[in-house]
Amino acid sequence: MQPGTLSSFLKRGAIWGFILLELIFFTVAGEFLSLSDKAFMDVDNMLLLFKQSAPIGIIAMGMTIIMINGNIDLSVGATYAISAIVLLDSLTWPIFGSLGDWVIPVSWALALLTGVVLGALNGLIVWKTGVDAFIVTLGSMLGYRGLVFMYNGEQPTSHLNWTLVDFAEAQFLGLHTATWFLLVVTAAISFLMNRTVHGRNAYAIGDNREAAVNAGIRVGPHMMINFMIIGFLAALSAVVFYSESGSVNPNDGSLYELWVITAVVLGGTKLTGGAGSILSTFGGVLAIQLLRKGLAHIGADTETVNLVIGLILIAVLFLDRQLNIKGKEELKI
Amino acid sequence: MSGSTKQRIGGFLARQGILVAFALFMIGFTLANQRFLDPDNVMGVIRSSAILGVMALGVTFVVISGNLDLSVGSMMSFSTIVVLDLHDKIGPTLAIPAMFAMTLCLGAFIGFLVGYLKLNSLIVTLGMLSAIHGLTLTYSGGQNMDIADKANTWFGVFGQGNIVGIPVPILLFALLAAILGMMLSKTPFGRKVYAVGGNGTAATFSGIRRARVVFSCYLISAFCVATAGLIQASRSLGSQNTVGQGLELEVLAAVILGGASLLGGSGTIFKTVIGVLILGFIQNGLLLVGLQFYVQYVVTWIIIILAVWLDIAAKRGKLWSPIA
Amino acid sequence: MTEQIPALRLEGIVKTFPGVRALDGVSFSVLPGEVHALMGENGAGKSTLMKVLGGIYQPDDGRIIVNKMPAVMTSPLEAKAKGIVFIHQELSLAEELSVAENIYLGELPRKRFGLVDWTKLEAQTNEILARLKVGFDAKTRVGDLSIANQQMVEIARALTVDSKAVIFDEPTASLTDAEKVVLFDVIADLQKAGVGIIYISHRMEEIFKITDRISVLRDGQYRGTLKTAETNEEEVTQLMIGRKLDLSRNVRHHELGRVALEVRDLSCGELFRDVSFEVRSGEVVGFYGLVGAGRTEIAETLFGLRDPSAGTILLNGEEVRIHSPADAIAKGISLVPEDRKGQGLVLGMNCRDNMTLPQVDDLKAGPFVAEGSEIAIFDQYRDKLDIRTPGWKQIVGNLSGGNQQKIVIGKWLSMHPNVLIVDEPTRGIDVGSKSEIHNLIRDLAAQGYAVIVISSEMPEVLHVSDRIIAMYSGQITRTFTAEEVTEDNLIQAISGIGGSDRAA
Repeated sequence: MQPGTLSSFLKRGAIWGFILLELIFFTVAGEFLSLSDKAFMDVDNMLLLFKQSAPIGIIAMGMTIIMINGNIDLSVGATYAISAIVLLDSLTWPIFGSLGDWVIPVSWALALLTGVVLGALNGLIVWKTGVDAFIVTLGSMLGYRGLVFMYNGEQPTSHLNWTLVDFAEAQFLGLHTATWFLLVVTAAISFLMNRTVHGRNAYAIGDNREAAVNAGIRVGPHMMINFMIIGFLAALSAVVFYSESGSVNPNDGSLYELWVITAVVLGGTKLTGGAGSILSTFGGVLAIQLLRKGLAHIGADTETVNLVIGLILIAVLFLDRQLNIKGKEELKI
Repeated sequence: MSGSTKQRIGGFLARQGILVAFALFMIGFTLANQRFLDPDNVMGVIRSSAILGVMALGVTFVVISGNLDLSVGSMMSFSTIVVLDLHDKIGPTLAIPAMFAMTLCLGAFIGFLVGYLKLNSLIVTLGMLSAIHGLTLTYSGGQNMDIADKANTWFGVFGQGNIVGIPVPILLFALLAAILGMMLSKTPFGRKVYAVGGNGTAATFSGIRRARVVFSCYLISAFCVATAGLIQASRSLGSQNTVGQGLELEVLAAVILGGASLLGGSGTIFKTVIGVLILGFIQNGLLLVGLQFYVQYVVTWIIIILAVWLDIAAKRGKLWSPIA
Repeated sequence: MTEQIPALRLEGIVKTFPGVRALDGVSFSVLPGEVHALMGENGAGKSTLMKVLGGIYQPDDGRIIVNKMPAVMTSPLEAKAKGIVFIHQELSLAEELSVAENIYLGELPRKRFGLVDWTKLEAQTNEILARLKVGFDAKTRVGDLSIANQQMVEIARALTVDSKAVIFDEPTASLTDAEKVVLFDVIADLQKAGVGIIYISHRMEEIFKITDRISVLRDGQYRGTLKTAETNEEEVTQLMIGRKLDLSRNVRHHELGRVALEVRDLSCGELFRDVSFEVRSGEVVGFYGLVGAGRTEIAETLFGLRDPSAGTILLNGEEVRIHSPADAIAKGISLVPEDRKGQGLVLGMNCRDNMTLPQVDDLKAGPFVAEGSEIAIFDQYRDKLDIRTPGWKQIVGNLSGGNQQKIVIGKWLSMHPNVLIVDEPTRGIDVGSKSEIHNLIRDLAAQGYAVIVISSEMPEVLHVSDRIIAMYSGQITRTFTAEEVTEDNLIQAISGIGGSDRAA
């Protein structure tokens, strides 16, 4: 409902236009190039797309608020892996042996708590030391990954709980469990950022930190809460994914931070903070997943996806700059 | 009196903390394991740090000029795969310059985007990380790359050879460090790199062609990456597509550990070399005292945070940040 | 009046920074319902005083008393809670947020569970906006507003609390005349409500129009308070400047050389239009006008930082095109920029490296920088310009403003330019260094340099210039010789009222 200029409307709409373009392109190109006879816009295919978007998508919601707040988090992939290990390992702990299937909520809670604690640790360090979030989370990306290895060496951690698998594979109203989690998280974070004082203050801090400080907004606690939220969401993403797969390798989640940041930037969140929308991030996540599936559909090597996504990211950055350029009068510095 | 002494010690620790920590680690490891300071071991550590080190030299230029380069890891995979592939096709003599030319093209592309088009270096190099990774996979078809006749090639000299008893990777690292160190601290170009990173606007107002300087820094970085790829390929004479994956962050960690600020304008080649060696010796020391290799990740994490924290604490004169 | 309890009283405020006594016992009081001007040159201590009032700095000594109660302000928030509100010169708004959110920044009305009470927020905001009679509503994104309207949002903030004292810091710098009228109405409203107002401005006509009393700071010291009705501009100026600064008109003792720079019908989009002038070697031409009149933009165009949309530039009679600063430097044009710290210096570098930066490519011994020649250049200009620094290794960020400016000037003198442009040469510099820099500019002209001085300080322009070019809204309105210029006709020329003069 916010009145905005045409250019900001275009920016907000851009990601959906891009998705539409992808759909048309892959549908048409698929007719000629696809090896299978299946149409690209098949219902099952689209449902699967949502489900596959969930792991990255859930974390991307957290990254959006972190970046709106003016920070960045490179450690989400490692947090994801630790939470997965805690989840799968705790399912087999003898002390929970008597609980039967009630161990599931306990393990979920433990895994989510792990994510929150790791996020809080990042947030606390950023707040108390004043070291840039990029460096802090670059460090903890290594450190948390070290913890993953220390937990179970280089062995995979595996445990399949069939109740859990059934739950994860279930479909409700046609949508998979993972999809529901993604949708609920998107709605919840969108509500948080648009309706709560915390969310609005997070925008204010990212937009003009000095003004926020002068207005008495306590920057530190807000940043810390956001880091706890992204930790929680990284753990939630792991919980949703590994409930089904049941096995985690110590290198799982590597490079997730890059995928997540790509989705957020595609969604139009400003790199310097202060602007960004949860819904557009959702679009960014879908766009990436669509690209992956689409390229596979038209028979391109899966390897090409990396190439295309990297170049699209740069192209988006370039377009954004061209749209914001002030013309000839601009100072050439 | 005691207050000022305390302050002075604090200031010294903050400024030279990384060297102090390095010394403490060295002493600790030496006490824990006699082999640690053994010349063979020391040589081994430096040798295995050479690849990371060579890449860190180039990234130091980029970071001092006020930018980031997250693409060096996948660029290194690219040059390794390319040189191995071309080795069998056109022979090592042509393969090496061809690989350098291709890697420099990638560097030039990034330099063009960041320098001339003024795009955000974090996102550009993030995109290039992914794009070059895809390029490598497309090039190799996802297969590992191996030299067919490993016994009959002189190509292994860069990774395995010795000259006067010193491994060639160390010599390459030392040579590059010396040349690039001189370049950064003694030449007009080096001065301009510091000026552009310290205050790009003021540099422009002083007639420095900022875009050209940034562009050159990415070229230097790409050259270093190509050298690292050469050492890597030559050492193993075969490679996976993902050999450099994740190295970009370790490289950045070494540069930051050496005290370069991500804001640009500060850092030296010498300090970066120290940063690289710290990472190398910690890794080695932990292994020697019987810990797994991954413990180094946790130790590196703690050291990076402490190093940067002490650095900025010294600058603001307060240990804790003023963030409310 | 004298029995009234002051809304705000300062008693002997002292604030020192390493090497500088920024505030040295400043005392004055603001009565409720009074508009109190605070005047002083740049660097006199006004902004430090405001930061002390706003809780950003803690005073070393002295007291702040709000409504009889001694107040210790440790943060801007606390200052606001005690009823002291700032309208900043540099806008402190979050552009992506709505007007309402900006006005209630940090104090959004809440419902349960930490939710924002949008209904209440909007209602309260619209009520305030109605008082200000502005043409936008609570939901408007601040980034979509004009600068003047953004200023109104700042002012609206002051109305959200029960303010005792409101401080306006150069509020009219970016306002049009119509907008000024609205602003003065708002100030009058506040006045009626019994709020004490501190009004900081350089613009004499505004000061004399709306204020009741004027307090003056100079070199961090309180110099006295005058009743506006009983004083005049001359007296205030004298208090501000003291007798230390010689601002007598300049008398030239040397002959002018040939035309070094000629500009014909130069335009750059909306920034400036059809600008023509010439500068001879040995001549100082002053550019005078309000902020935003296009003076700095002309300098930037001459220095290759902007592309002109029309017009020609001639150097020593030859037409040139200048595409970049490097180009400009090669052709003998130098610019001492307006923003010393942002544009002039790399603050983290040492003095020598800063000074030789434009010519570092030419000072070579083999492939390396010839540090010996660099030090020689630095020593030469240190002595010539009397730069006070322990040595060339000193980091420039640690020097005083005056010495920093001399480093910038030295940097360009060592390039031996044909045309030297200096933009706001003495901004934020103490009085002593100021007159040194003025003398230096005159000396340079005597040595045959063609010099352009851009300044917002009239006494400075009058003091150093042989000719003065007045600008208004992107156009040259009139060119004066040193003999014909007076303060009155200069003010008319820069405020756009002297329409009949335009032909001259």
